[in-house]
Amino acid sequence: MSRFVRRFAGIPWRQIAGEAFSVGLLTAQGLCAVHVVSEHVLGVAFPRGPSMLPALNMAGDVLLTDKVSPRRGWVGPGDVVLLLSPEDPRKIVAKRVLGMEGDEVTYPVDAGNSDATKTVVVPQGHIWVQGDNIYSSNDSRQFGPVPYGLVKGKMSYRIWPPSRIGAIDSKE
Amino acid sequence: MGTRNQLWSIAKMSVTGGVIGITISDRYVTVVAIKGHSMHPTMTGTDSALRGDIVLAEKGCLDRYKFSRGDVILFKCPSNHKEVFVKRLIGLPGEWIQLPASSEIIKVPQGHCWVEGDNAARSWDSRSFGPIPLGLINGRVTHIIWPPSKMGRVERKWPEDRIPPF
Repeated sequence: MSRFVRRFAGIPWRQIAGEAFSVGLLTAQGLCAVHVVSEHVLGVAFPRGPSMLPALNMAGDVLLTDKVSPRRGWVGPGDVVLLLSPEDPRKIVAKRVLGMEGDEVTYPVDAGNSDATKTVVVPQGHIWVQGDNIYSSNDSRQFGPVPYGLVKGKMSYRIWPPSRIGAIDSKE
Repeated sequence: MGTRNQLWSIAKMSVTGGVIGITISDRYVTVVAIKGHSMHPTMTGTDSALRGDIVLAEKGCLDRYKFSRGDVILFKCPSNHKEVFVKRLIGLPGEWIQLPASSEIIKVPQGHCWVEGDNAARSWDSRSFGPIPLGLINGRVTHIIWPPSKMGRVERKWPEDRIPPF
């Protein structure tokens, strides 16, 4: 028994604790750095769904999202943005900006069934977003203009699949 | 050479501290100074710094967007994303709200909430701009930390002159 106690006391606990602490601190620093970069500088997004066809595939695309532009107000018509859905804040959707505050936007009310269009003026501090695939997209045509504060990132660059690497075309 | 090493280590320390600080204030808890009179008497604010209240806001509620009626929340103004407002949450998604001035009853749409200031006379809130998307919410105010005389928890409370929704 006393041999066991002696061996137990011989283990360099102090050194082990110190090492564990410094490794833990380094890991925490790394995670914090990842958080800051992905939330404030450059994030990665994996958009899914048919609403942005043909600019974005149904699935399998990997995009870099620019988190600086929305904060500075460098988002304009034609940009593809990531925004928190106004219908469910836990969902993030990718749509194309069609109008900024004060712009007049004309949109098809019921695409595919009729040619009727409607024109609205986007209110102050809001933007008008629509999917490129107007036949299968839930966007400002249903829920109206969205506050600019919901924009979380600007999709700027596709890094996968390799055949389509490059900037996402910004069209009017 | 010595001063250069020293400068380097100071720079490294401040960058690390900044990164950790930003992460904590983004994900867990942050400190906000209140301006304006819309939440009087719960909180007071003046235009000059150091006179208004300073509050703690937790961010954990943003993981699942679970809120209760009566919570005091921080959110981005729907018409100007650079401004942050503090108001009391009155209506949750899917609830029926009675507008105080009229007898009109409206339903809060899915993914939205209804916010009002405690000081109805001097508050610019959902009564003027309507329900706001939950995605604009930035945090939930939990404690007042300054001035010392008012230090303490911010209670979840319901305005007396309103009938709670069923």
